[in-house]
Amino acid sequence: MQAAISQTYNYKVVRQFAIMTIVWGVVGMLVGVLIAAELIWPDMTLGIPWLSFGRLRPLHTNAVIFAFGGCALMGTSYYVVQRTCQIRLISDKLAAFHFWGWQLVIVLAAITLPLGYTQAKEYAELEWPIDVLITVVWVVYAIVFFGTVMKRKVAHIYVANWFYGAFIVTVAILHIVNSAAMPASFWKSYSAYAGVQDAMIQWWYGHNAVGFFLTAGFLGMMYYFVPKQAERPVYSYRLSVVHFWALIFTYMWAGPHHLHYTALPDWAQSLGMVFSLILLAPSWGGMINGMMTLSGAWHKLRDDPILKFLIVSLSFYGMSTFEGPLLSIKTVNGLAHYTDWIIGHVHSGALGWVAFITFGSMYYLIPRLYGQKQMYSVKLISLHFWIATIGVVLYIAALWISGVMQGLMWRAVNPDGTLTYSFVESVKASYPYWTIRLIGGTLFFVGMLVMTYNVIRTVRMGRAYDAPIPDMLPTHPDLKPQLKPIGLQPAHGD
Amino acid sequence: MSDFVSNYWHWFIAIVSLISIVGCGVLLWTQTTKRPAEGETVKLHGNVWDEDLVEYNHPMPAWWMWLFYITIVFSLGYLIVYPGLGNFAGKFGWTSTNQFDEEVKKADSEFGPIFAKYVEVDIPTLAKDPVANEIGQRLFLNNCAQCHGSDAGGGKGFPNLRDADWLYGGDPVAIQTTLRAGRNGIMPPLGDAIGGEPGIKEMVNYVRSLSGLKHDAALAEAGKAKFAICAACHGPEGKGNQAVGAPNLTDKIWLYGSSEENIAEGIRLGRNNMMPAQLERLGEAKVHLLAAYVYSLGGGVPSAPQAAVASAEAKTQAPSPTKVQ
Repeated sequence: MQAAISQTYNYKVVRQFAIMTIVWGVVGMLVGVLIAAELIWPDMTLGIPWLSFGRLRPLHTNAVIFAFGGCALMGTSYYVVQRTCQIRLISDKLAAFHFWGWQLVIVLAAITLPLGYTQAKEYAELEWPIDVLITVVWVVYAIVFFGTVMKRKVAHIYVANWFYGAFIVTVAILHIVNSAAMPASFWKSYSAYAGVQDAMIQWWYGHNAVGFFLTAGFLGMMYYFVPKQAERPVYSYRLSVVHFWALIFTYMWAGPHHLHYTALPDWAQSLGMVFSLILLAPSWGGMINGMMTLSGAWHKLRDDPILKFLIVSLSFYGMSTFEGPLLSIKTVNGLAHYTDWIIGHVHSGALGWVAFITFGSMYYLIPRLYGQKQMYSVKLISLHFWIATIGVVLYIAALWISGVMQGLMWRAVNPDGTLTYSFVESVKASYPYWTIRLIGGTLFFVGMLVMTYNVIRTVRMGRAYDAPIPDMLPTHPDLKPQLKPIGLQPAHGD
Repeated sequence: MSDFVSNYWHWFIAIVSLISIVGCGVLLWTQTTKRPAEGETVKLHGNVWDEDLVEYNHPMPAWWMWLFYITIVFSLGYLIVYPGLGNFAGKFGWTSTNQFDEEVKKADSEFGPIFAKYVEVDIPTLAKDPVANEIGQRLFLNNCAQCHGSDAGGGKGFPNLRDADWLYGGDPVAIQTTLRAGRNGIMPPLGDAIGGEPGIKEMVNYVRSLSGLKHDAALAEAGKAKFAICAACHGPEGKGNQAVGAPNLTDKIWLYGSSEENIAEGIRLGRNNMMPAQLERLGEAKVHLLAAYVYSLGGGVPSAPQAAVASAEAKTQAPSPTKVQ
């Protein structure tokens, strides 16, 4: 029995996470569309507190980042780590615990946030009992992932696994430090930090959640699925090493740019700003490596919508990692902070980069998990691509305009020195752009529904499939057959 | 003032920051490889993973490396001229506090004279000056409308400034005093003092009877008997007392609503209403313009100089009670 199991990869947990990626994607984006509509029609939910903007907004962010994005990262990381280490996950039981534990976290979030239970820390709203559960689940994730890496059959650790690994380790540290709190009751706690220290810890966490959850993790996805789908070698090993270390090192410093012109000491603001600027090149290293992987195969972009998703995601990644350093400059930040520009910036990263790379990867992955060569309909992938692209562009263009407009209105001064506009006038002026944003967001959501239909048909067409683990390590005519990894069994001996 | 408890942290931050920035450059420098000669093909590197995953080992793109170096050099330059390395102030001596102070100073010198000329004008006259009122309205929209509403019509707990009903008086001095020092209207919880819930019910009916609202005459009669305790602030006839900000209970204007439930809540739990002081935030001139604007809204009361001053003084000095409904 044991022997039979060890001959296949554990695709079951990958399938579970992949399907839940789609489910939580639909849920999270639907809530996003709902709150975008609430900005235009504030009374549309009839004053029901559970459905008010303030409670649904954290539900939206948690659902899309940690449920949709989280399941995508966890599923693909288990797929990639097994296939690139050429070994089954070290424990099916722990992997199953990880899956069910994470779903429980999400369900608890979906219940407690609308009820109003919150630590009031952005992207870390969940109350302490859920934080404890997250910690346990995360430790299990780390054990399974790194345990598998340690038992790998291939000598080198593939680059995608470095990024997934950095994501797992760092998010663990961020979560534990930022969520440290003194419980006052079962659903109420107080942060371990106070005042500006609390703010600094929160944004050290917040920015690195972007850096390690939404960037490093998804770069791991990129480093596997782009070369696989393009069927081309990764452009540069050296670039991947340098940008990896530079990225994970500099990201750690960038948090204070969320606190420009606040009570945070000037020296900390300055350091946050300069490291955000330095972060530009390390961020772009990943974009270059992904895009250049396609050199010699650009023609494939013409009729492969999966590759379109992957490459356009890298374009949005490049754009938002340029915009980030720009926004971190104090004078630019003085205009942009607290406006829609920031929400637009986040969504060019979240929709354009994170969701697009996830869509592309899932379209590659899901048929393979169900014994199929490709999705039920390639045309529908193409349709999804175009709907989603138009949606993102409308969304971020609308919020660029409203963001800059708000920034300018808030600082406009009459000849007598009084403010030209009151706040509510800037709200009124934003309505047309919020409407365009709602249309863009709705299109993106419709694209997600198209994907859901395509996935359902694909799953129905096939049946759950667990790929066998090859006995032999792969070879390439241009490369020396690899040395046996030190301390490990021969690849086909056990 | 230093941000650090000891000089150790100053040096710690300065040194670690510098090493980190320079370290990025060193990483880049040491990993730079020779570009392949013309026509030379770049070889694959390392292992094969998962059947067919391989990697080239192209040198890092030159333009990208330059971008990286430029941000490093810029950052070092920035930390020489601006604060960042611990206590080191930077060559320009810039701080965000200084920047703020300078901007305020500049605004004061630029706009101060515009406002200064209005301070001399008395409020009823100023209230008729359209330019002054326009400035006053803009100030109102950005500083007062959050509570009193864009049209100054008020809301639950926030007085309407357009009617002729004033908690603390509507003459120029009273309005100005309210703006300058703020007001804190407190009504103590009095349910127990008038006999608990039954007593509250009686009092509610009596209070509603004062302004001719629907009420149970018998209950109102019973409430009237206990009204002495309320009369301390609201007066024996319930007409209120502007000296302590106690509302008139006989008109049809209700700060917290006129339903039995609203009135009962006020008696049961008391009320604590706060208008924040504006003088420190806005300065004398803007307060003066705002007072004129509020005066112009329709409810201003021409001053009865002596009486108003006396009552205003009494109000600012007494850490006073009150107002309700």
